[in-house]
Amino acid sequence: MRAKGTLREFRVIGRKMPTENEPETPLYRMRIFAPDAVVAKSRFWYFLRQLRKFKKTTGEIVSVEEIKERKPLQIKNFGIWLRYDSRSGTHNMYREYRDLTVSGAITQCYRDMGARHRARAHSIQIIRCEPVAASKCRRPLVQQMHDSKIKFPLPCRVQKQGGRLVKANRPGTYFQ
Amino acid sequence: MPFKKFVEIGRVAYIADGPCQGKIAAIVNVIDQNKVLIDGPTSGVSRQAYPLKQMHLTNLSVKFPFNASTKVVRKELEANKVDEKWADSAWCQRIKAKAVRKSMTDFDRFKLRKAKSQRNRIVTIALNGKKKALRKAGKI
Repeated sequence: MRAKGTLREFRVIGRKMPTENEPETPLYRMRIFAPDAVVAKSRFWYFLRQLRKFKKTTGEIVSVEEIKERKPLQIKNFGIWLRYDSRSGTHNMYREYRDLTVSGAITQCYRDMGARHRARAHSIQIIRCEPVAASKCRRPLVQQMHDSKIKFPLPCRVQKQGGRLVKANRPGTYFQ
Repeated sequence: MPFKKFVEIGRVAYIADGPCQGKIAAIVNVIDQNKVLIDGPTSGVSRQAYPLKQMHLTNLSVKFPFNASTKVVRKELEANKVDEKWADSAWCQRIKAKAVRKSMTDFDRFKLRKAKSQRNRIVTIALNGKKKALRKAGKI
């Protein structure tokens, strides 16, 4: 998978094709984070194959729905349980991110895993993603934002070099 | 050099970049080191996450609790007359002046040049008159 842009949350429901022996097959639902519905379906089959004995040729997807965030203006702390392949083995991880939407947090996770562990999107499997209460958060970077009177300056404002290569005055970083 | 402007709940910021460029909004909550939740009901900015890199903090700030609703934010911004204070501030005037200057046509620049030279002529004539009088009186 290529984690392009902001990922979206899909609810994919699929089942094994019914046969004469088994006219009613059980439905399986998955919560997939993918850039679009096509990739979502593909990831659904990827996971289903690992968990149950049917695949795309022997099954059918019943529905693919994009799930929108219920409260997109409420800041939440997301705990993400994931499994990823490193160069020398596969590991489980628990990571925390602060964001407004689940998809935003998962996208942050993919970018962060790529940056910190050089993990490519295809080697990451999201096991579980839940909003976590502030008191239950474990990561200090997330906990430091849990302050009702939060206050910090912007000490070193690096401005992107705009326009000229040669400037009359030396650029500064103190903008108060 | 002490820091005078802080990212805090209620700080009013000028949005320098992005889709809401040119408007002001208040910081409602901090998401993380780089993003804040802003709301500017009196200036046409809907409640949203915004990166701090695209915002410049002003010296205006109001008081409301974190995650306050848009209604409360609007009440506080109006009670503190933030829009008027911003419009009267030198910073806002400078932005407007820059915009006008940038949108000048060649004809406008011609008119400006003529107006400036007329004004300078009046000043120089008055100054030279005063200088002449002082020289006559031996003061210079």
